[in-house]
Amino acid sequence: MHIFQNTHFDFLRWRWYAIAFSWAIILAGLGVILTKGIPLGIEFAGGTVVISQFDQMPSIQQVRTALDRSFGQAAVVQAYGDPSLRQVMVRVPEVGAESGGSLSAAAEKVEAALRSANLGNVKTVGTEIVGPAVGKDLTTKGIQATILSLIGILAYIAFRYQFSFAVGAVVATLHDLLVTLAFLAFFRYDLTLNVIAAILAVTGYSTNDTIVIFDRVRENLRAMRRDSLGAVINTAINQTLGRTIITAGTTLLAAIALFLFGGEVLRGFAFTMIIGVITGTYSSVFVAAAIVTIWRGKAPTRAATRAPAVAGDTVASAPQQPARKSKPPRKARAS
Amino acid sequence: MQNLRWKVVTAVVVLVVFTAVGVYPIVANRYGITTPSWLMDRQIKLGLDLKGGVHLVLRVQTDDALRTDTEGESERLRESLRSKGITVSAINMVSPTEFRVEGVPQDKDAAFREAAIEADTNFSRASGVGGTYTFTMKPNVQIALREEAVDQARQTIERRVDELGVTEPSIAEQGSAGDQILVQLPGVTDVNRAKEIIRSTGLLELKIVEKGPAASRESLLEAGAVPQGMEILPGTSGGLGEPGTTVYYMVKRVAAVNGNDLRSARPSLDENGRPAVAFTLSNDGARKFGRVTGENIGRQLAIVLDGRVQSAPEIQGRITTDGRISGSFTQEEVQNLSVILRSGALPASLTYLEERTIGPSLGADSIRSGVLASIAGLLLIIAFMLIYYKLSGLNAIIALAFNLIILLGLMAYIGAVMTLPGIAGFVLTMGIGVDSNVLIFERIKEELAAQRGVRASINAGFSRVFWTLLDTHVAALISAAFLFQFGTGPIRGFAVTLTLGLISNLFTAIFVSKTLFELALSRRHQVASLSI
Repeated sequence: MHIFQNTHFDFLRWRWYAIAFSWAIILAGLGVILTKGIPLGIEFAGGTVVISQFDQMPSIQQVRTALDRSFGQAAVVQAYGDPSLRQVMVRVPEVGAESGGSLSAAAEKVEAALRSANLGNVKTVGTEIVGPAVGKDLTTKGIQATILSLIGILAYIAFRYQFSFAVGAVVATLHDLLVTLAFLAFFRYDLTLNVIAAILAVTGYSTNDTIVIFDRVRENLRAMRRDSLGAVINTAINQTLGRTIITAGTTLLAAIALFLFGGEVLRGFAFTMIIGVITGTYSSVFVAAAIVTIWRGKAPTRAATRAPAVAGDTVASAPQQPARKSKPPRKARAS
Repeated sequence: MQNLRWKVVTAVVVLVVFTAVGVYPIVANRYGITTPSWLMDRQIKLGLDLKGGVHLVLRVQTDDALRTDTEGESERLRESLRSKGITVSAINMVSPTEFRVEGVPQDKDAAFREAAIEADTNFSRASGVGGTYTFTMKPNVQIALREEAVDQARQTIERRVDELGVTEPSIAEQGSAGDQILVQLPGVTDVNRAKEIIRSTGLLELKIVEKGPAASRESLLEAGAVPQGMEILPGTSGGLGEPGTTVYYMVKRVAAVNGNDLRSARPSLDENGRPAVAFTLSNDGARKFGRVTGENIGRQLAIVLDGRVQSAPEIQGRITTDGRISGSFTQEEVQNLSVILRSGALPASLTYLEERTIGPSLGADSIRSGVLASIAGLLLIIAFMLIYYKLSGLNAIIALAFNLIILLGLMAYIGAVMTLPGIAGFVLTMGIGVDSNVLIFERIKEELAAQRGVRASINAGFSRVFWTLLDTHVAALISAAFLFQFGTGPIRGFAVTLTLGLISNLFTAIFVSKTLFELALSRRHQVASLSI
């Protein structure tokens, strides 16, 4: 069986449309974030979550009414986990006083309100209370980890390929992060620690397809000495298109299984992975290589003059191609 | 042929070893099969989010430790000035790291400087107008004291948690400011007791009472102020059955002995048969205590716990080693107090930043959905690979099975903790793992299309993709490393699973998968086609 065999799409011709499309999504996401904010998980916003199990599942409205007197509109109530477990999650923004050790005061208030509301037997199966001081620390650490891992990947690809390839890969990854954040904002998923973990995993994963394509570009540069860089890149993307789609597909299958069956806690994580895998594939095909050509001054030279080390088993010992700054101007749409 | 035989043997040995370490203990546990302990010792541990328990993040108020030190220094200076006959108008605390001496007489200035030499080791001295001196703790001393306070607090909490009898607790310093302590207590259900015991400062001090008890703080003042070297502490009055009201005592600021001089503490009963805590002093403490009680027979001794007078019995004779703390305690409070006193006082107070309790049922749900997601993911991937790559798909599936078994074995061997995000990492490893096979198979297809022979195509497929795979895996490992750096608890579980999964995948996709191809082709002389 084969998909996308012997395709000859001119991906580079679409690069400006693709970049515009990506910007549209990212800016729309930014717009949503600026107007409605990013919904923050409790780790970042602070607050109290109480998960209660009822003998008889009440309606969400009943639970809301029970909490109304103490918490008003601020309480978020939703069914939690499998319906057969009859669990309800209540989230309120308050926490007890940080000093005096009564951080759990708000949780106790929720428990008391539920118990006295005549909703039958209820027991608390889990609580989560996070003081306001914690979030800031995590945000900086998350951003730091993301930036450092991008720098790490940049350095590695620059070492193994060429600097322009590394720029392409990192811009593509950055693109994936922003698009993923945009979709998280569109679908109003809470930004939680798990989601941040998924975002970091996406940075690692989304470079994979890019590397596969770059590897083929490097290989083709030797075989297609008479063609322009644009043609070489287009050929490489087309040759690897099948595997790009299939590798994304298998990972997507795993992410979808997590989304459907992984339970409440992992839903945001799985959603992030799904978006990350899709945008990662898109950016490998449309963004990464386009950035390489743009970075090199929109003017790919004859490949022959700059054919760098070739893919395959000889790569490790191959000498680095000296970068040439002066290039005869030439249109990128070459194929 | 010889070569192939060794490859197969290697693969089988790897499979057997990792199954024994990683998979067998889980199965044995589940079905209660008796197994030698050396095999069960190394097992994948369940994280708090799967097992249930309490997760606490505390902040050590390191300012407390600084304040205590600054206060101590100012008291020492006061004593030294008194013994040298230098009178100053006041010595006051300005902040936790600063105190000020006011009104040093002009003619005693040189003598004052002489007396203050000792304080100069840790404090920098600045002189102001009218004989005013400000002592500020040196920055390096502050840093050292803060670190020490956090370290001591962690050790104290460790001792208290040990006393609680929690199995496999985890207590660690965390946070960029270095003043947070993470406490994880798997399986603990009585959250409030655990919280109370961890947080209580547990500072026991025995102080000589100068005056009191009195009904109000004001009535103890002399000329409207607390005399130098004294302090006023609240306490509860009332004997057996009387309702307690708050009363005040004026006591010496410097304690005769404190919690550091304790050797042990245990629940006991007081003379009225009410719950009390009996304690024994260390040799050093007993000597000090004996001297103080001997000098103060007939006066009251305040037993002060965390700044509150519990009781103030009359000293009837010289006491050396043993004492008793009585008050209106319940049996449970006495139990807790014994634990707290035995484990020593905290150097600074603690506040809770974060508190999570995961009921065992919630953890079990998470395990169930994690297992369900794993099975669903596995089936989807198996179905896809078989449909798309036919018999070669089977090759990929066997390689995947190897991958997962090695992953579990590695996790068990290093004693990794399986968390819910860790399970997610496990599921993703399946998806990402077969990617390597896909890349190899696609390359083989390409080589076949170029009219190469089957064997040559397979060899070319593996050797050409090797460097690509190495690059993609290294890139993914880089981000997994930073993920590990970033995360705590559950996230680290994810990073660990991902990392180990990537490493084992490199082995299975290249070595196991290739061996399987060679094995399949070894019986046939002329291979015309490949099911791929």
